[in-house]
Amino acid sequence: MWKWLHPYAKADRAYQLCNTLLPYFAVVTVVCMVVGWVWGLAYAPADYQQKDSYRIIFIHVPSAILSMGAYSSMAIAAVVALVWQLRNAELAVIAIAPVGACVTAIALITGAAWGKPMWGAWWVWDARLTSELILLFLYLGVLSLYHAFEDKKAAGRAASILAIVGVINLPIIHFSVEWWNTLHQGATITKFDTKAIDPSMFWPLMLNIVAFAAFVGTVTLIRLKNEILQREKHRPWVRQLLNRG
Amino acid sequence: MNPRRKKRLLAVTAVVFGIGAVIGLVLYALQENINLFYTPSELIDGKGPNHEKPHIGQKLRIGGMVVPGSVIRDESSLEVSFKLIDTGPLVTIRYQGILPDLFREGQGIVAQGVLVEPDVIEAFEVLAKHDEEYMPAEVAEAVKGIKHEKPKYNLDSGN
Repeated sequence: MWKWLHPYAKADRAYQLCNTLLPYFAVVTVVCMVVGWVWGLAYAPADYQQKDSYRIIFIHVPSAILSMGAYSSMAIAAVVALVWQLRNAELAVIAIAPVGACVTAIALITGAAWGKPMWGAWWVWDARLTSELILLFLYLGVLSLYHAFEDKKAAGRAASILAIVGVINLPIIHFSVEWWNTLHQGATITKFDTKAIDPSMFWPLMLNIVAFAAFVGTVTLIRLKNEILQREKHRPWVRQLLNRG
Repeated sequence: MNPRRKKRLLAVTAVVFGIGAVIGLVLYALQENINLFYTPSELIDGKGPNHEKPHIGQKLRIGGMVVPGSVIRDESSLEVSFKLIDTGPLVTIRYQGILPDLFREGQGIVAQGVLVEPDVIEAFEVLAKHDEEYMPAEVAEAVKGIKHEKPKYNLDSGN
């Protein structure tokens, strides 16, 4: 059933696949981000209570969703790396980690900037904010664990195990606003209630989520290409590639 | 799947479920403490199965809705007092300082302060809690029948 996947276990085929996918991701990123930001930040109507301050959701919500999305992808790559022991999957873990750390940081910083005028505080130790901060530390932990080992095989295994263990934080982040009393408001999009967010705000938000997803994909592909080249730098196909360029 | 991979997959699954169970139990045990705030009824009737009540002088957070019409401002200082409600009893909050943008009557807030009487809190921080609904002003008026304006207070200008 999975036979068609087998060639991509080879580094050179995976590298080619990255090259093929990259332009699509890049185009979707640019188009959706330009349209989404202009639509959301300039044309969407102001909120009835928060006025223009609510517009931070067009950056905060996509980055928060992607911080969890990137982590899930990283954990899936980690399972593949541990169970099937594919080196490309290990490289994917390490390619995603810094990207995920960045979107998590964006989510935390934009949230703080919104919290100050709206809530009256930059930071509150409520369950949602704290668990998102732990997510940032998990990303940083995966990265530093990988770089702490001289032997890259052991490094990949250690980083993968931490990435998998950290998955437990994802449902905690998502449901924190339901399980406990938090200052952070509940989920809007997954409420599946058309009244929770007006369509004139919902569609630009969706577009921005797609844009952020494509952006994370683009940067990850670029990083994965570099990781593959670096790991395989003594192989003939890499030398050939470098000589050509 | 070959047996070695199967074994590794089982090991990974077991680790995730094991740690998931551990963290689940820890969170369950800490359940009451992770909540950011008391609600007014928890403050008056006690919290949890043992109905534990906070004692006078305890520092705590309380979250609830500002009762419409209960906001009283002092004319010559920043002192303000208002009542909070969730489902039943009322709790009075006294606060001195600038209230956040989203502070309105009928809006959820979280206050941090010291319990001075069983139902009075001297707050040193008031945070506004926002709900998960976003809509333009015209829609809000049509759907909810409310017109949201910053509350006006009848302050005598003095001359």
